[in-house]
This record gives sequence, C-alpha cells and structure tokens, in this order.
Amino acid sequence: MPSLKDLKNRIGSVKSTRKITKAMQMVAAAKLRRAQEAAEAARPYADKMADVVNGLAASVAGSEGAPRLLAGTGSENTHLLVVMTSERGLCGGFNSSIVKIARYRAETLLKEGKSVKILTVGKKGREQLKRDLSAHMVGHVDMSDVKRVGYENAAEISKKVFEMFDAGEFDVATIFYNRFESVISQIPTPRQIIPAVVPEDAATDALYDYEPSEEAILEDLLPRSVTTQIFTALLENGASEQGARMSAMDNATRNAGDMIDRLTIQYNRSRQAAITKELIEIISGAEAL
Amino acid sequence: MADMMQFDLVSPERKLASVQVRAVQIPAADGDMTAMADHAATITTLRPGILISEGPDGETRYVVTGGFAEISPQGTSVLAERAYPANAEGRAALEVILAEMRAKAATLSGPEKDSLDKTANDLARAIESIA
Repeated sequence: MPSLKDLKNRIGSVKSTRKITKAMQMVAAAKLRRAQEAAEAARPYADKMADVVNGLAASVAGSEGAPRLLAGTGSENTHLLVVMTSERGLCGGFNSSIVKIARYRAETLLKEGKSVKILTVGKKGREQLKRDLSAHMVGHVDMSDVKRVGYENAAEISKKVFEMFDAGEFDVATIFYNRFESVISQIPTPRQIIPAVVPEDAATDALYDYEPSEEAILEDLLPRSVTTQIFTALLENGASEQGARMSAMDNATRNAGDMIDRLTIQYNRSRQAAITKELIEIISGAEAL
Repeated sequence: MADMMQFDLVSPERKLASVQVRAVQIPAADGDMTAMADHAATITTLRPGILISEGPDGETRYVVTGGFAEISPQGTSVLAERAYPANAEGRAALEVILAEMRAKAATLSGPEKDSLDKTANDLARAIESIA
C-alpha cells in the first residue's frame, strides 16, 4: 500500500504528463490543418500529372522504344522498398503500421528468392527495420531538418532512386506510406513507382498532338511523375502523422484523466482509513481509561 | 461566352490560377504558342519563360521554369515545375533559382552542362523581361 505522500506525488506527476499530452494534441491539431491544406494544394498537380502520364503510357506501353521507367528492366529480381516514416515518435501506431507492411513485403520477397533493398526516409522506420533487416538496408534520407515538406525534398529522394535505377541496382521500386483518411484512420499503403503502373482503362479518347514527340514528352514526364508520387506520399504521410499523433495524445490525455481520478479515489480512501484508524485509537484509548 | 476557355496553372505545391480566359501564351519547348478556345488537343513541354493569360480583366503574366501544358478545345492546363507571378517578389525567388542553376551548371560538363546552360539562359531572359 503506497503512502499518502507517494500517492500525492504520483497524482502530481500524472497531472504534469496530462498537461504535456494535452499541449501536444493541440500542437498536432494545428499542424494537421496545415498538413491537410498542403496535401490538398498538391492534389490538382498530382491528379493532372497522373492523367496525362497514364494516357501517354497506355499508348506507348508495349512498343519497342518505351522508356525503362515504364517498361521496366525486363526482370523482377531485385526490389527496392522505400519506407517512409516519421522523424519523431509519440504518434501511436503510425510508424509501426508502415514498418509492418514493409517488413511483410520484404519477407515475402525473400521467401520467393528475390533480393530486397531498403531505402528508409525518416528515423523511426530505420530504427525498427534495422533490427532484423539491417543487411538489406542501402540508404537513408534524413528529414529531421525539414520543417515543411517541399517538392525539393521529394526530388532529393527521387534523385537517389534514379541514381540506383540507372546503376542497375534494382528492377522494381515500391514506396510505403500512410494514406490519410481521417484523424482516426490512416491506411498503410504500398505503391509501385518503378516501373510505372498503368491502369487498364487509362487510354484516353482524345487524340493529342505532341510537341516535340510522344516519346520525348514521356521521357521528360516519367521522372517528374515518380517525384510527384513521392511528394504526394510525403504530404499524405505528414498529414497522417499529425492525425495519428492527435488521436494518440487525445487518448493519452483521457487515460491520464482516468488515472488521476483513480489515484484521487485511492488517496481519499487511504486518508479516510488513516483518519478512521486514528479515531479508533483515540476512542479505544479513552475507553481503556 | 463562346470565345472563353478554362485556364489552370498549377505547380507541385499550389494552384496559381483557375480562371476563364480568352487566350494563353505558352513558352513551349519549340517556341511560343498561343492557345485559344477550340485549339487542337496538344501536349507540349515548356522551357523557362513568360506565360501570359489574357482574361476579361486584362493580361496576367507568370514566369515558369519548365513543365508541360495540356491543351484541349475546352481549356488549357499548365503543369509548371515552378511558377511565380511576374512581379518583384517572383523575381527575387527566380533569381535564387537562377543562381542555383548556374552553380550546378559549373560543376557539370558535356551535353548536361550545355542543356542546363540553355535552361539558365532562357530563365535569365525571362527574369529580365519582368518589368
């Protein structure tokens, strides 16, 4: 049985924790709004880019001169997994859920006899994957200095990916990130970026004139499209992280409140017991006289 | 109004314009072109330059650093690598980009350097033309 002083200290400490989690929740809410706005602002570009690239790719796919980013290397032996997580913790299951699907994919591919390379973005994913897949890790992109995700951050990641692709270090690249659904729901999503995946119904009805040429435009657009997909993933991840942190901190605040209530009841009961005990002692002492 | 068309100018980070216009002058890779309503469907890449939209309220000028444009009879969408309004603020941002481009070109050699030099020269010309 803890003493009254211990209980009082404990209540004080839980109260300070609640203050911190409450503050973190409010900060996350403000950041979430900004992150959501950024994700929405980037959507028109990404949608239009996807439309044009899909339309072009559908007409060029299968032809002999198709770019490698679309047609692939002709093999599927080496996979690059780009695992995008956050730099900070205290955001519930946000990082673990991404790492979980990435690890599952890596293990499945390894079982199939394929080789796996992992590029991590964000410290948390790296820390978790390093434990059992350290032999497959080929690089890391540090985002700890980045206050606000910009297109140049996505360009930095895609540059690394293209360098590896040009050097023949992998055949298929997939990014792993959390798609933002709502504050309480973020969906871990794998998305293949190289070779480009063309939806079957992508062929457009409109007949375009291409300047300079279909192939030249596609050659120029495909790398941009990959960078845009990475950028979109970074923004979705940013919004998801804040959403996850907000609900995690909301839970923590509520749990701290419950704990304070429980501890206060325990404290009051102990105090009451101590008072009763003292009274009994006084009364029995008086009766004995 | 039958002679108006939809014009969208978007960069990866934001939408700069989504308005009805009469015509848009685009700095296409092979030379400037003007798109109006009912233009033949075309997709073209852009070079750094000035993009001018002619709306009911007059001309609006932007500087784009590259990207591509999709022109259809109903409208024109420009997906710019980076786009800024052609004003003092835009000019300051573009000068930083130009300096970065020149610095990067200095570290390259061969056709890559030539191509980046050409892009930088196009951008320098566009910056000069901002009044």
